[in-house]
Amino acid sequence: MSEEKMLVDVRELKQYFPVRTGWGKVLPLKAVDGVSFTIRHGETLGLVGESGCGKTTVGRTLLRLYKPTGGEFYFDGELVTEKNMPSLRKQMQMVFQDPYSSLNPRMTVEDIIGEPLDVHHLYSNKAERREKILSLMETVGLNAEHATRYAHEFSGGQRQRIGIARALAVNPKFIVCDEPVSALDVSIQAQVVNMFEELQEKLGVAYLFIAHDLLVVRHISHRIAVMYLGRMVELADADEIYDHPMHPYSKSLLSSVPIPDPRIARERRRIVLSGDIPSPLNAPSGCPFRTRCPYGQDDCAECMPELKEVESGHFVACHHMEDAARMKEGVQLR
Amino acid sequence: MSEDMPKKNPLSLQIDLKKFEPATEEEKKQQDVMSKSTTFFRDSMKKLFRNPLAVFSIIVLVLILLVIIFAPMIVPYGYSEMLKFNGTKDKTAMNLAPFTYSVNEQKYMAEHGVKLFPHIFGTDELSRDYFIRVVYGTRVSLAVGFFASLIVLVIGVLYGSISGYCGGRVDLIMMRIVDVIYSLPDMLVIILLSVVLKELLDGSTGIIAKLGTNMVSIFIVFGMLYWVGMARLVRGQILSVKENEYVLAAKSIGTKSSRIVRRHILPNCLSVIIITTALQIPSAIFTESFLSFIGLGVAAPMPSLGSLANNARQGMQSYPYKLMFPALTICLIVLALNLLGDGLRDALDPKLRK
Repeated sequence: MSEEKMLVDVRELKQYFPVRTGWGKVLPLKAVDGVSFTIRHGETLGLVGESGCGKTTVGRTLLRLYKPTGGEFYFDGELVTEKNMPSLRKQMQMVFQDPYSSLNPRMTVEDIIGEPLDVHHLYSNKAERREKILSLMETVGLNAEHATRYAHEFSGGQRQRIGIARALAVNPKFIVCDEPVSALDVSIQAQVVNMFEELQEKLGVAYLFIAHDLLVVRHISHRIAVMYLGRMVELADADEIYDHPMHPYSKSLLSSVPIPDPRIARERRRIVLSGDIPSPLNAPSGCPFRTRCPYGQDDCAECMPELKEVESGHFVACHHMEDAARMKEGVQLR
Repeated sequence: MSEDMPKKNPLSLQIDLKKFEPATEEEKKQQDVMSKSTTFFRDSMKKLFRNPLAVFSIIVLVLILLVIIFAPMIVPYGYSEMLKFNGTKDKTAMNLAPFTYSVNEQKYMAEHGVKLFPHIFGTDELSRDYFIRVVYGTRVSLAVGFFASLIVLVIGVLYGSISGYCGGRVDLIMMRIVDVIYSLPDMLVIILLSVVLKELLDGSTGIIAKLGTNMVSIFIVFGMLYWVGMARLVRGQILSVKENEYVLAAKSIGTKSSRIVRRHILPNCLSVIIITTALQIPSAIFTESFLSFIGLGVAAPMPSLGSLANNARQGMQSYPYKLMFPALTICLIVLALNLLGDGLRDALDPKLRK
């Protein structure tokens, strides 16, 4: 990684949740266990992984919706602490997954979008507030006449636009997008994803784009990180990771992407993993993926593999990359 | 038609694309037109007024309210005033039947050729006009019901929302306190309190003296004991509402906790709160009537529906109507409020319907 100033610099982020098991016993659920990554100004980092691997937790912990158990988070060179978080909230925002539950049903669109302005006192009078709200609505493609309506009167796509307008209200530099298109149908997904791209060009915001739809992530991301059981297993440029995935987990994940060409799809070999994702309460020792890894060996259980830079800008956490590399031929995507 | 249209195979069953015309600007606009915006409140009021039982209860309640507000201005008798004839007590006016006059009154009317205001419900054993006593009794009972519910509302909502929003250990301790209060026998507390308060408030003047110490103790008991149901309900509702993503969104914006509770959580619990309050009023009226009936209610001569019924018990066989009027009034009020509460529940929160 170069020495240029990163917007987001996360080091060894840890988020454990206490889980009560029986009488007074409390076990830590390691939702995120030592994740490090950086995001440049105006860059999109895609974060993928299967359900329950801690993607959403990473996003929420960055915004201090949870109190992190460990690790450091530098935002624009400044260490984020409990103290300076209230002022930093103006610079980081979040777009939520479910457009149906992320908007208060008792508030008008105007009040929903205006709330960040109210909270941070970003206007001097009523007229200025309204003007700002209307311009935000225009930015995300909503009509001014929608302002006095309630969230339940809108379609999923429009609701998500309201959510995006709310996130943009404070003019943030960084937005965590927590599966913002998963709840939308495909035609609307494209519109919303394209809007995210346009907004990035226009406003220069950086995204942490969390999703499980790998094609959407590839479309929007500059770089992609793959997570498994609270750990990051691979991090590389978007095209690099799709063309040359190195970690066995990434390979299997990417091989599950449907290809809209039957000829290629027929020749392609899918890597189907056996077994279920282990419980994060009771994670395997050493490499967390070893229980399902086709290349798992005895020494995998001994220690956790570090995220190493294998090629320039391509980080992988695996003890036996050479063995895994042989899998390469079978899974190439396009 | 543009040139880049795909060519149609003459054998194909595919729809001929040439038959389609591009939408004009006007037609595109039509797509955007949305139905008239209605708020949640307006929508539920519409539903409420479509419910015949609820409308009937509202009419009954409004009529009762009008009567208890305006009757004392029209009726020329006082609730504690014994009927007099020529400056002395009219002994013939005791226990009159409805719409009858005492012997003295009949004489007076015959002499002067005027009509006196009728005793609509008759008179009681102290020759007081019974109608005006029932009206004042209804006033007292409704006021007690209303203010007791208000006390329950304020304390219950405050306590429940703090407990529900804070969660964790705070919630645990606060709810155990509620459990303790829930297990106190309320009747015993009321009796003990009225004894203690009698000592404390003796010699006080103004509204407290007029209502009597028993009434004050009823309010205190409601404030101390009856809010627990409301607190539990609000807490439960808040626990479920605060899991919504819009609360998380508000937190990520940097909204303060008090604002989150006020702007996001409580408005979404409002329907439950309104319904519970509406159903709390009749239960408070019932409690007050019951306490007055066993002699722990308002101080004489101030009537309440319960104490009127209690007094009527003694002459029940000779003057059954004296029991009927206050009893019927209680029934009517409680029934109307319960039906209104049910109607509100159906209109505001259809999920709660069984």
